[in-house]
Amino acid sequence: MDFINLFVRSIFIENMIFAYFLGMCSYLAVSKTVKTAVGLGAAVIFVLTITVPINYLLDNYLLRPGALKWLGAEYANVDLSFLSFIMFIAVIASMVQLVEMIVEKFAPALYGALGIFLPLIAVNCAILGGALFMQQKDFSVITEAITYGFGSGIGWFLAILGIAAIREKIAYSNVPAPLKGLGITFIITGLMALGFMSFMGIKL
Amino acid sequence: MATERKNISEEKEAKKKEMILFLSNSEEKEHFLSKGNRKLLSDPLDDNNPITVQVLGICSALAITVQLEPAVVMAIAVVFVMAFSNIIVSLLRNMIPSRIRIIVQLVVVASLVALVDQVLKAYAYDVSKQLSVFIGLIITNCIVMGRLEAFALGNGVYKSFLDGIGNAAGYGLILIIVAFFRELLGSGKLFGFEVLGHKAATLADSTGLYALGYENNGLMLLSPMALIVVGLLIWVQRARNRKLIEEN
Repeated sequence: MDFINLFVRSIFIENMIFAYFLGMCSYLAVSKTVKTAVGLGAAVIFVLTITVPINYLLDNYLLRPGALKWLGAEYANVDLSFLSFIMFIAVIASMVQLVEMIVEKFAPALYGALGIFLPLIAVNCAILGGALFMQQKDFSVITEAITYGFGSGIGWFLAILGIAAIREKIAYSNVPAPLKGLGITFIITGLMALGFMSFMGIKL
Repeated sequence: MATERKNISEEKEAKKKEMILFLSNSEEKEHFLSKGNRKLLSDPLDDNNPITVQVLGICSALAITVQLEPAVVMAIAVVFVMAFSNIIVSLLRNMIPSRIRIIVQLVVVASLVALVDQVLKAYAYDVSKQLSVFIGLIITNCIVMGRLEAFALGNGVYKSFLDGIGNAAGYGLILIIVAFFRELLGSGKLFGFEVLGHKAATLADSTGLYALGYENNGLMLLSPMALIVVGLLIWVQRARNRKLIEEN
């Protein structure tokens, strides 16, 4: 598959938030100001780019039907795919922990900037969603998985940046009281998603 | 040999019951459906709804509300997962070291979700295909983790069970309302039945509302409309229940 095509698809057409609604909880909770939104977005890009390829390797050499062929011919029929949820989430949780420790040790400034958001990412649906979509897409080489993870991360980052900027401005407008806060955010996200639908059908 | 094994399993069962009694000792004096317990069930349906008030569990909710059937299946799956994960974590709550509790919780939830996924694949393959990755995403559904963290870790087994059922029901309720409107307005069907009449190629052949020139609103089938419908639901709920209105 063409890498640029895959990259642009994963950012705009198959945007994690606007097309699949993944990671909505943190998207709604942390989008009150642009500054925090940038922090969380950067952390998501980081973790998706790392965990998607790792889960790709795990899926290809351990979980899918016939993946254990490298152990010997008698394992060729083993199908461990029912374990994929547990394996993926364990990888994600432990990777997040590991990344947190590494970042804290070698890049204290970045660690300070990401702060509380790094541990929160373990339960961000976009991360597990990235792994599960990767499994569904049947990539043939690992570079595709890396491209997909990075692209989805950037898509998520763009989405949260956009809504945070809008919410900062909307504080000054006169929204009907029952719609304030959550309600209007939902509706704006819906309208943004309608806009993103116009990317559909783009071929590179 | 067989009887011996049975004895052992009976012994285990008895021990388990003893432990449950021990752990839920404090609430044993309370009536099963006392006022406080009923509140645990009813609160999440409106005043403390997980989707419209707590903003939890939106991730996997919206993409599957085009039709009623997958929405109902999803709601049932979440009720099952939440009730049992709350029970298990509540049973284990005194043994889990707080440093690794997130991983323990995730593993408990992931095993329950894997169970649901396998059952769906075996008995409802079409729906399971339709839900695709969204069953798996129940694991990271913030509503499950949120309730485990906020409730099951600090409360007895029976109360946690009720809390799980209540919150999952509140979640399912929103899911089903959204799916109802989207399927009815988007394709004129409910559960796949044509409730608004049959639309044929020409106006003369159509029946029901379609004979009067009614058209389906194709926009409702697009995923962004799920967000807008939820936004409108929040508007309706807060207009009715004014104490939920946010400051900003």
